[in-house]
Formats: sequence, C-alpha cells, structure tokens
Amino acid sequence: MTVISAVLCPGCGCLCDDTEVTVEGDQIVKVQSECAVSTSKFLNYNKHRSTTPLQRVNGELVQSPLNDSVDKIAKMLIKADYPLIYGWSLTSCEAQKKGIELAEEVGAVIDNSTTVCHGPSILGFHDVGEPTCTLGEVRGRADLIVYWGCNPSSAHTRHIKRYTSKSTGKFRESSERKVIVIDVRKTPTAKGADIFVQVEPNKDFELITAIKMALQNEEIEEKSVAGVSIEQIEEIAEMLRSCEFGVLFFGVGLTMSEGKSRNIDCAIGLAQELNQWTKFAIIPMRGHFNVTGANKVFTWQTGYPFAIDMSRGYPKYDPGQTTTIDVLSRKYNDATLVIASDPVAHFPKNAVQHLTSKPLAVIDPHLSLTAYMADVVIPSAFVGIETSGTAYRMDGIGLIMRKVIDPPNGILPDTEILEMIIKRVRELKGE
Amino acid sequence: MTEFIIRNGFVVDPINNINCERVDIAIKDGKIVESVNESNAKTIDATDKLVMPGGVDLHSHIAGAKVNAGRLLRPEDHYKDYEVKKGLRRSGTGHSIPSVFTTGYRYAIMGYTTVFEPASPPIKTIHTHDELNDIPILDSACFPLLGNNWFIMEYLKEDKLDECAAYVSWLMRTLKGYAIKVVDPGAVEAWKWGGTSHGYDDPVPRFDITPREIVRGLIKVNKMLGLPHPVHVHANQLGKPGNYKTTLETLDSVRDLAGDNGPIMHLTHVQFNAYAGVDYPSISSGAAEIADYVNKNRHVSIDIGQVMFGDTTTMTADGPFEYQLFQLLRGKWINNDVEAETGSGIVPITYNRSNYVHAVMWAIGLDLALMIDDPWRVFITTDHPNGGPFTEYPRLFSWLMSKKARDKLQKRMPRLSRIRTNLRNIDREYTFYDLAITTRAATAKILGLKDKGHLGAGADADIAIYNINPKEINTSLEYKTIRKAFSTTHITMKEGTIVAKEGEIVGTPIGRTYWVDSHVPDDLHNSVIPEIKRKFEDYYTIKIDNYHVPESYLERSAPIQPSEVSAK
Amino acid sequence: MARFILLSGRSLVQGVAKEAGKFSDKYLKEVTTCQIDPDDIKDFNIEPGTNVRLTAEDGSSVVLKSTQSSLAPHRGSVFIPYGPYAGILISSKTGGTGMPSFKGITIELEPTTDEVLPIKNLLEVNYSRGISK
Repeated sequence: MTVISAVLCPGCGCLCDDTEVTVEGDQIVKVQSECAVSTSKFLNYNKHRSTTPLQRVNGELVQSPLNDSVDKIAKMLIKADYPLIYGWSLTSCEAQKKGIELAEEVGAVIDNSTTVCHGPSILGFHDVGEPTCTLGEVRGRADLIVYWGCNPSSAHTRHIKRYTSKSTGKFRESSERKVIVIDVRKTPTAKGADIFVQVEPNKDFELITAIKMALQNEEIEEKSVAGVSIEQIEEIAEMLRSCEFGVLFFGVGLTMSEGKSRNIDCAIGLAQELNQWTKFAIIPMRGHFNVTGANKVFTWQTGYPFAIDMSRGYPKYDPGQTTTIDVLSRKYNDATLVIASDPVAHFPKNAVQHLTSKPLAVIDPHLSLTAYMADVVIPSAFVGIETSGTAYRMDGIGLIMRKVIDPPNGILPDTEILEMIIKRVRELKGE
Repeated sequence: MTEFIIRNGFVVDPINNINCERVDIAIKDGKIVESVNESNAKTIDATDKLVMPGGVDLHSHIAGAKVNAGRLLRPEDHYKDYEVKKGLRRSGTGHSIPSVFTTGYRYAIMGYTTVFEPASPPIKTIHTHDELNDIPILDSACFPLLGNNWFIMEYLKEDKLDECAAYVSWLMRTLKGYAIKVVDPGAVEAWKWGGTSHGYDDPVPRFDITPREIVRGLIKVNKMLGLPHPVHVHANQLGKPGNYKTTLETLDSVRDLAGDNGPIMHLTHVQFNAYAGVDYPSISSGAAEIADYVNKNRHVSIDIGQVMFGDTTTMTADGPFEYQLFQLLRGKWINNDVEAETGSGIVPITYNRSNYVHAVMWAIGLDLALMIDDPWRVFITTDHPNGGPFTEYPRLFSWLMSKKARDKLQKRMPRLSRIRTNLRNIDREYTFYDLAITTRAATAKILGLKDKGHLGAGADADIAIYNINPKEINTSLEYKTIRKAFSTTHITMKEGTIVAKEGEIVGTPIGRTYWVDSHVPDDLHNSVIPEIKRKFEDYYTIKIDNYHVPESYLERSAPIQPSEVSAK
Repeated sequence: MARFILLSGRSLVQGVAKEAGKFSDKYLKEVTTCQIDPDDIKDFNIEPGTNVRLTAEDGSSVVLKSTQSSLAPHRGSVFIPYGPYAGILISSKTGGTGMPSFKGITIELEPTTDEVLPIKNLLEVNYSRGISK
C-alpha cells in the first residue's frame, strides 16, 4: 500500500494540488480530498472505458489492433480536405503540443473546448486586456469577492475555501471578506453570499454598464436596470470602489448569454476602471483542468489560443469562421478527430449532426458518447492519474501532474498515440 | 559528428584579441579545436566574409507567462507576419512577440546562438521552462524575479543574510534558474496595495524595507553564493522624467560592495531609466551623467534597451509602470500580480519618430552606447520587445557604426529632441571589434559562459559567418549593407551543426537550458528549510513539492557549478 | 404552451456523475430533468415529476422530466444541466464569436405524456448513425 501526497487533481480548473491518494496493487483505494468531484474522479475513473482500440464494422464497434486503428486515423486525416481536430482540454500540454504538430502536418483546423466556454472571454482580452492576478494574491489580500455568472459551489467546489472568501491569507482573515454573487438564479453559491443580486437573463451587459455609470456618479434615468434597483446598483458600486482589493470571478453565465464577448470586454473594462480608486482584478473561472494549458500551448506555438486553421501551412485565426461550432454547423470539415473531449454530449444539435455524418475518430480514456458514435476509437490513459504531464491552473500557474497508478495493459498516453499517428502520417505522405 | 574547417574568413574574436584577421577555425564534436584531420573535415569557404562568435543576447523576453500573455493580447501582431511550414521549419507568427519556433529561427538566421530570458516569476518558472524547451536551436536560461519576494524582504529586514542566501540558493536550484533578477524592487509589492510611485528609499508597505536595502542585500547574497552573473537590476522609477537620478543612486548604492572580479550589478535597459527633465514635454537625456558614472566606476555593467521606431509591445514585471503607461496611452492593458513574489504588465506601443518623447528616448539609447568607453561593460539590446523586436538589431548595429545613418534619421525627428540629447555631437562609430564585444564576447563573459562568445579552442562551435568583407566596406557610409549583412548570415553554426544558411533553416538541434546548481553548507540548509516549508504553506496556494522543476523537465539540462566559473 | 428562457449549465450532480460515465443511471437521471420555478409550476399547471416537451425556435424538441427548482426564484427561466438532451435545443448560431447560445434562448414548454427517450434512442433519432453497443 502506497500513500501519495501533493497529488494534483484533474477535476477542474482549480487544479488543487493537495489530494492524497492511496494505491493498493493496481487500484486506487482511498482518496483524501474535500471535493466530491475529485473523489469521484479518482475512485470512478476506471469505469466505463474500453481497454482496446475499436473500429466500426457493419455499424458495430469491434476490437481492432492498435496499429490498424492508428493507420485508419492517419488515412482519414490525410484524405480529408479540411479535417478538424478538437478537444484537448482534458489532456496534458505535452499532448497538446503533439496536436499542433499533427494539425500542421495534415492541414487541419485545431480547436479546444475554449471555443464553447471562455472563447468570448479571450475575444474580450484581445480587445482590452485583463487586470488579473494569481489565486494566492486573492487569498493573501482580497476583501471583496464578486462571483458573476458562475457557481463555484457546484462547479469549482473548493474555490471558496481554498482561494477566496473562506480562506485565510497573510494579510486577510476570512472574516474580513465580503462576497457579492450576481446571477440569474439563486445558486448554492448565492446562498452563501453576503449580497445576492438577481440579474435578468441576457441583461448582464446593461447591469455592468449601469455600475460603471454609478461609479462615475452619472445619473441613471431608469428606476432599475436588468431587474436590479438603482439603489442596489449604487450600493454595489460603492462597495467595489471602497474595498482594498477586489476580485471579480466570472463564468459562462457571461460568456454564453446574449452579448457573449461584449459582456466580457465590458466586465474587464469595469475591473480596469476600478483601478483608478482601488486595486481590482478579474479572473475567468476555467472549467476543464487543462483548458488553460491548451490556450497557453496553442498560443506560444502558433500565436493563437484556439480555433487555429492550419490548412494553408501556417496558423490562421478567425473566430466565427475557424471556431468549431461554426465549422461544424456550416459543414466545412470533412473528417474529425476528437481527443479528450465529448462533443456529442455537449454540442448543439446541428453541430453534432454534421460531426457524426463524416468520418470520426476518438482518442479518450472514457467510452464517451462521442466514442460510441465514432468510426475509430483509441483508448488513452488518464492524465494526472495514469500518466504525468504539465497542466495550467485557471490563473495561469503551470504544474506537473503526477502518475499515481499504471494504466491497464495496452493503454497508452495521448502523447504516444499522437506520436504514432504523426509518424504514420509522415510515412504515408512519403516524407 | 562532422568535422569542419572554416577557411579564409576575417575573424573577429575579441576575447582572443583577433581583429579582422584571416584565421582558419577547426571544429570537431561541436567544439572549436586547435586542428582537425583535413582529409576528414568539410570545408566552409568564408573568403571575404566576416566570422564572429554566435551572438549572445543576455536580455530578451522570449519565454514565459508575460511573453505569452502578450501573444494572447495581440492577435493583430501576428496576422500580417506569419511563417509557412517548410521542411524543417515549423510554422509560426511574429511580429513583436514571435511564437516559439519562429523566435529560435529568426535569432539563428541573424547569427545569434544564445539568448537568455531575463525575467521569470518563480512560481511560474515551470511555464518559462515549458516555453524554453520549445524554442529550437538557442541555448538559454532564465532569471527568477526576486526583488519583491516576501521571503527575501523578511530575511533582509531582519538582517538574516545567511538564511537569505540559503533560500536563494534553494530557489535557484529548485527552479533551475540562472541569476538573481530584481525588477522595480519593493515597488511591485507597493503596487499590490495600489501605490504607483516608489522611491529608492521609500519603505515597502507592511514589510518596512527599502529598495536600496533589497538591492544591497541581494548583491551580498550573490557574492556569497558565487553565482555566475551579477545581480541583474531593472531600477525603480522606470519611464519617469528625472529618473536618471534614481539610476545614479542605484548604481552608487552598492559601490562599497565591489570586489576585484568585475561588475557586481548589471543594470538593464538603462535607456528607460536615463531621463532628465521634469515631465514629458521637458524630457531630455540623462545619459551623459550615467555614462560618466559608468566610465568612472567598474563595479557596474549596463545594457541599453534601445527604442526602435514602429509597432511593438511593452512587457515587464514592473506592473506599476505599465499601469501608468496604460493611463497615458489608453489602449489595451494587462496586469498580472503573482502571489508573494512579483507582478507584470503589458501594454502595446508604437514608437514614432515624429513624437518628441520617442525621439528623445531613441537618442538616449545611442547616447549611452556611444558615451560609455568600455565596450566590455555596455551591451546592445532593445529589451525585446519593449524597445523593439530583436529582428531590428541589424538596424541598430548600423546606427552604432555609422554617424551618417544616425544623422540622416535624426534630421527627420523633432528639432528639440536633437537639442536635448547628446547624440548629434557624438562622432564615435563602433567598429566590428566593438560590435563583437558588445553583442557576444562581453555578454558571454558577464554571464559567466566561458565556452561562449569566442572562437578559441575549447569554445562551443557557435559561429556566425556574415556576408560582409570588413577590409573593403566603409562602415561609416555603407550602413545599409551593414543592416542587410547582419539580418541574414551566410551560415550560422550551433555546436558544430549548421542551422541556418542564407536565411534557410537547415538544422534544428535542441538548445541547452543553463541553470545554477547552487548549494550552501548542509547545516545551514537544514536549519532554514523547516521555516521555508512552513511559510510556503502560508504564502502560496500550491504545495512546496509542486514548486519544484525536476531536472528531467528541461529538454536539455546544463547545470553550472558556481565554482566552475572562471573570470577570463 | 408557455414561453421560457432556457439556461443550460453545470450542476454538481452532473459534474460528479459524468466521472462515472455518461451511460450511468446517475448521470442520465440528472441530464434528463429540467428545473422550473415553483410559481411557474403552479401558474402553468405542471405536475412536478411529470414530463414536459421543450421546443426550440427551429422546431427541435426534447422531452424531459420536470422538477421543482430549489434555486428559485427564477420565474420565466428553465434550467437544464449540460448534456445531450440540452444539446437538442441549443442553437448553433454564434454571432461570429464561435460560442453557441447555451444560455438565454427562448423555448416553448408544455406538459406531455410522451416518454423521455433513452439516451441511445435520442442519439439514433437525431444523428445520422446508430451507436454501437
């Protein structure tokens, strides 16, 4: 029996690194963690997975040799005029780098889950920038926390206790902090807040603008904006302005509703303006444990964070054109490789319809819904459990995930599978 | 491995006192050797060409958190400047913040073979190494940022120098860092409480220690640890008119600590800290005073941080400065405070030669380069990309070598900018020998890289052959030829592998990542580690186990023992 | 027929359950429910626990089990956890941002006696290929 401590959790963008895992033989038997998602991940990861590569024969997925499956994927990508390679947020940076190499080799569009999550946030960053900080700065100093359009109590369960309002920092006790939650419904996070502001759906942009006006002591002629009274708007503005260090965490409530990227550049603008009166920062709540890593790796290797079109031999970036949902719903691509993601489970119907109407290959530890619809499936090892690799936390800190247990026989890490595909592609191209 | 002889070139090798002489260079197993078996060796004909050691750039922001944040901030920086995948060459984008492959290729094409990343937030050093690993060809290293570090400020406040040295040693070894970097000491911590202006003797809020004490403390620690490079300092008050006074204070504040072994402090991108005047309309050159000090005091070295006209991106750990630049320019702005350690800021800028302030800044960089007499203590940089992209170096070289080129350009700048700086009265022109010193020999020496920056036996075979005949060219007049020649080598060789040939990338070996394997006596280390661990839990949101960068993480690890370093 | 704003998103149960696999009962139970404000339930005569049909503007529709929301008040909004059922209703129009509208689109809701489709049937009916066993 081995106890491994300081294990990083591949559960969400919090990337907590204090999990303790007990391994006995070839099983994880115990997980010491405060988080339900983390515990579930470490104890249940081994269920619902295929242990051999599969290919679709006469409508059924049957076992097939690894080399054969690799060959099939390589051929699929080469044959396609405009292949799409999507996923990446649940695997290591080392694998993401292989992805860029592969996309370059076959002239693919390569995209990661940012495209349906914080893509609009990145579009906002491009326009205005971002006053931000690492989570330790929040814990160390922040006396005002704002959660807007996100629900950490359900989706980032240790966020509050580990990093924000219930944490203790060098210069701030938890009792000295105030929490404002702004959301369209009274989420579990809202129930724990000092102030809950219920904003009307699709009206966040208006509310942010009204707060900006209140900060500047501009008169707002309405009685309420976005369902929030002027009095409350002015109260919030005053709290924001008079704190010592405030941090705004925002989630897909802002990126997914009407306004999308405009909501974000408005929110960032608010944070920037607040620096005239006080210290203020803004941090996006990234969901997948390594979606931040995907953005970082893609950016340093190509210049762009997601939705990269390599079909001309160089990186091209055009959100709205090269983004996955647009590529799929407009039926641009003629083959897809999905890795470490489950688009069938999450994408809009039109996108899934096209995805499943063309050759489809999947590399994933889980037998995901997408895998069930695929032509070729190669099972892979879980990063952070069965294979090590670099990942980046939501605030940009890079950490090295550990391997705590061996994968089942025959299951390789994504990096090796991708390397095999790249090698096969080059052989077929005659290089 | 192939053996080579580079024949008949005009060699400039200042460390070995060779100045444009025809010398053959023999290469074997990646090193320069006394001789090789001529029948085995491949000949490279360098007739009528200039042969220099590969360039050594000691200060260029090429890898890490803020560099990447800059790339993310500016997709417009990349749209028009892209590279198509071709042969060995991976695709990529530029222009002021190139992607990693493009960075390696473009430096190599210019004849540079060693480029150091001068600023890495310690907790984000895994990121720095992750990017350095991806940069092809170049040897590199990174400098952890320590000037606003909680541990260090606390140790120094209590005068615990031994403990501080033990901490720095542990950090350097754990993170695979190379040198102590100090940016706007104390002021970044003050900025985290909202303060935007901090003097050299102003106490840091809640830590009650001054920048002067931080700098002096770290210089003492550096001496105790025998690290190969002086403490690398970005002074307080960067960007502010009148700041040359703070710069002089900073330089002089450690004079009493000087030894006999060369500079103990390297002050970086001094152009940004060499302003006289009281506000931007009255800004003028403070370079003369600084040059005078540097000429009279051998305990310091500087690099210039030259401004190049055009669009670029400012990025620095100096968060408060970037905030003020944002207020001035009102464009995009990134700020990123890093827990317990440091900060950063990014703001795009376009330097315009018709802008009085930019024209003054431009002249100041050249003032410094030309008024400091000792080429072994003044290095040519643009603080890439803050002053301009590194791809602009050849243009900068041409100005250093040709008064005519400078005058021609300066005529098209505001008249007042010529009057309030010294450049118009400076006749000095750099020779190839000067250039080789300030971009290779001296930078290798100040970094403690004894196998770089020269072409003597034992050196790494890092060699740049330029299409220029030093015996025939009139460098004062033919500045366009200089610019062209230094833009693209005839051949660039890295450890005996030809990597670039007339602008084509023909080899992409993996470059080294240097780091200092620093240690203190076991009993000292053991006495401080418990407290470091305890404070770490309190200060950081990660476990101390995960702060560590394993040596295996580096694509090609090259540890240096502090005692290995010999002064040449 | 009642008009509602659709909100799809994470729920803790959905997040925990998906680690156990997307064919697990726990997961499927969660992603085939929709949460309605108690006052809306009263006004529109919906019996909590019975099925409702949700229809998007383009005519796509899906049957889900109604539940009474514990995160009320949010009159006029219906919440569905992320999943393949929510996906049937989401529009793929991104407005040039790449982001479809997971939150904030208008749907019609009415009680129904139709059954909630098992996951395999849902995929087969809507997408061009059957799934394997």
